[in-house]
Amino acid sequence: MSATSATAHAHVEPAGHHELGFVRTYMFSTDHKMIARQFLFLGLSMMIIGGLLALVVRWELAWPETPVPGLGMILTETGGILEPSQYNMAFTMHATIMIFFVIMPILAGAFGNFCIPLMIGARDMAFPFLNMLSFWVAAVAGVLMLAGFFVPGGHAAAGWTSYAPLSAVPEYTGTNWGQNLWCISLFVLGISSMMGAINYITTIINMRAPGMKLFRMPLVVWSLFITAILLLLALPVLTSGVAMLLFDRTLGTSWFKPSGGGEPLLWQHLFWYFGHPEVYILILPAMGIASEILPVFCRKPIFGYHAMAFSMIAIAFLSWVVYGHHMFVSGMNPALGMAFTVTTMIIAVPSAIKTFNWLGTLWGARIQFTVPMLNALAFVSMFVIGGLSGIFMASTPVDIYIQDTYFIVAHIHYVVFGGSIFGAFAAIYYWFPKMFGRMTNTVLGHLHFWPTFVFFNLTFFPMHIIGVGGQMRRIYNPMQYEFLQHQQHWNVFITMSALALGLGQIPFVINFFWSLFAGKKAPLNPWNANTLEWTAASPPPHLNWGPTLPTVYRGPYEYSSPESRDDWLPQTAPPVTAAGARRH
Amino acid sequence: MLDWWLPENVSTYGAEIDWLFHLIYYITGATFVLVFVTMLVFIVMYRDRPGRTARYTHGNTPLEIAWTIVPALILVILTALSVPAWSRIKMQVPASDFDVNVTAKQFNWQVGYPGSDKVFLDEMHVPVNKVVRVHLRSQDVIHSFFVPQFRMKQDAVPGREIVQWFEVVKPGKYEWPCAELCGFGHSGMRGWIYVHTPEDYAKWAAENLEGKGKQ
Repeated sequence: MSATSATAHAHVEPAGHHELGFVRTYMFSTDHKMIARQFLFLGLSMMIIGGLLALVVRWELAWPETPVPGLGMILTETGGILEPSQYNMAFTMHATIMIFFVIMPILAGAFGNFCIPLMIGARDMAFPFLNMLSFWVAAVAGVLMLAGFFVPGGHAAAGWTSYAPLSAVPEYTGTNWGQNLWCISLFVLGISSMMGAINYITTIINMRAPGMKLFRMPLVVWSLFITAILLLLALPVLTSGVAMLLFDRTLGTSWFKPSGGGEPLLWQHLFWYFGHPEVYILILPAMGIASEILPVFCRKPIFGYHAMAFSMIAIAFLSWVVYGHHMFVSGMNPALGMAFTVTTMIIAVPSAIKTFNWLGTLWGARIQFTVPMLNALAFVSMFVIGGLSGIFMASTPVDIYIQDTYFIVAHIHYVVFGGSIFGAFAAIYYWFPKMFGRMTNTVLGHLHFWPTFVFFNLTFFPMHIIGVGGQMRRIYNPMQYEFLQHQQHWNVFITMSALALGLGQIPFVINFFWSLFAGKKAPLNPWNANTLEWTAASPPPHLNWGPTLPTVYRGPYEYSSPESRDDWLPQTAPPVTAAGARRH
Repeated sequence: MLDWWLPENVSTYGAEIDWLFHLIYYITGATFVLVFVTMLVFIVMYRDRPGRTARYTHGNTPLEIAWTIVPALILVILTALSVPAWSRIKMQVPASDFDVNVTAKQFNWQVGYPGSDKVFLDEMHVPVNKVVRVHLRSQDVIHSFFVPQFRMKQDAVPGREIVQWFEVVKPGKYEWPCAELCGFGHSGMRGWIYVHTPEDYAKWAAENLEGKGKQ
């Protein structure tokens, strides 16, 4: 590096100049990497609660009105048998926790914070204090959400969508402070997301390293950039919505209550105007992660870099005009349903483009089946199934029948588990060496991946079948319906698979903690990857790099390039010869 | 095969929905097979072996245009087939002289007939081969009128009346669950729709609807 650039950055203090205490290092840290780890721990610990709630729901559906093992200690009056209201609470909180406190903190919170500055060559976020605040506000929201389990009347039980007026009038569900805390928690979380989004957008626009043009950014940064824009524009709609709902419940307003002149469908419009971009907030970072990991372990450039970036931009625009497909049979004017069918069919096109580009990346590759790669391949294949099942719903006449059935449950789990969660696992295995400075254990990684992949499919694929058979979502006991009794064996099968899927996460927990303390020390660049984070130490020190920031000379996916004798060519490697320089 | 699991359809427009369902099922099924076979072949063919080098390519414009246009065309066709069917089912309620009032509440369907004061809980009687117009209301929360074998679903929204219709082609007794979470008693909120031959229906109506106010 030249002497001029070294002096230009000399005023930036490298790491270790002044020692920060325990509290400033591990709790109230402004370092984006520590905040990323905090979001990761928040998300993973909430995943345990959300996962156990899912198993409770599954137990009830397979063996209705029998004692749930282990619940006898909590539900002493019934000996562990769930009551219908408790069942409603379980599925409401399973979805709420998984969406707002697992996937969003892990993908947008942890990997947004970790990847953005390190991959664009910035020393930290644009607003480090705001970044710290964003985590602690999210933590407060988490505490408020968990507090709802301990209030009289139980937690919110109107579904994660909390359709009014069921959610707006305490008498309709029998829950009082549970639903209020649900509203308050999501309100607080909305503030946290907004702070994070502002930070991500500002950082990406203003703080890219020299030479890091927009179209040299790694696709995961593109995906997080677009996610941040969606967060900034979508979350305030939910935040306003839950405030209005809380006012209806506590202050006697009637936004959503027809008895006072309100309109129940207004809630659905507000909720889904947020809710559909939200789906893309959950899946876009995972798409970015897959686009990042596939080229590294294919040892070849991503197929159609520009198409990948532009299809994400297209998805972001279209995500605002498809939300009505959640409301085809809601009583919304059916003419609107037609318009939303058209836009929904259109949004399938960029998703198809992305899938074909991932396949194009595999074509002619030299595929290394590492644990992050297996999870990324699982993401691609499961996203295909989730995308294809979505076409059934986009067709309004078919949606009349499958709306509110298990077909929808299958679809959303193929997208958010098969998509987002496999994306999150891929990211954890891929960046763990950089994040914690230690490698994860490969054998345990395989022991986690294979059962997860197999039992995920055995759990969620049969849900398509019982959904087509007509089983509704959110019912407590399928055996109450004559037309569902013949397919009850599927519910038993699904629950047994779900229990195995839950057990399959044990190797992950062991691997995570064992590697954290005893894993092999990670080298600088264990995967021979091109992007900037691999030029920083493992784990990167405060302010990420020494006195000079990296300079970027090329795009992120120059694998097996003829310009280099190795099969990789880092973004920071200066062009060696005039011939090499001419190629750019 | 997924279509083995659809319950028997007994309504006029149900056949149209099932036809679209199967069309999408075959299109997505073929795409699924195509994508998965390609992926598996690539995974096996291009696995890392000694001496293998990856192909250095950034993309292929004609290919990318092709795989944008082909899915777009298929989706245009599906849209063109879906929209008219949707319009026939949800927007063009056929003329009929047979009306039923349904008011949902936690956790029952209340059924009333014009010209009669009687309210029937969780049961509806209609004649076969006749367009039945349902005037759907709710008195508390949102419920959803779902008859799997009619392929019919419509939310009942408090504060509005939504008019829906169906025409059944086969007499019988059909289960009628609520499909929208409506509270702790949601599960088990269901009724039965009895579809009678015209003679049987006339007999039922004479016994049950005549004599206004006689409960």
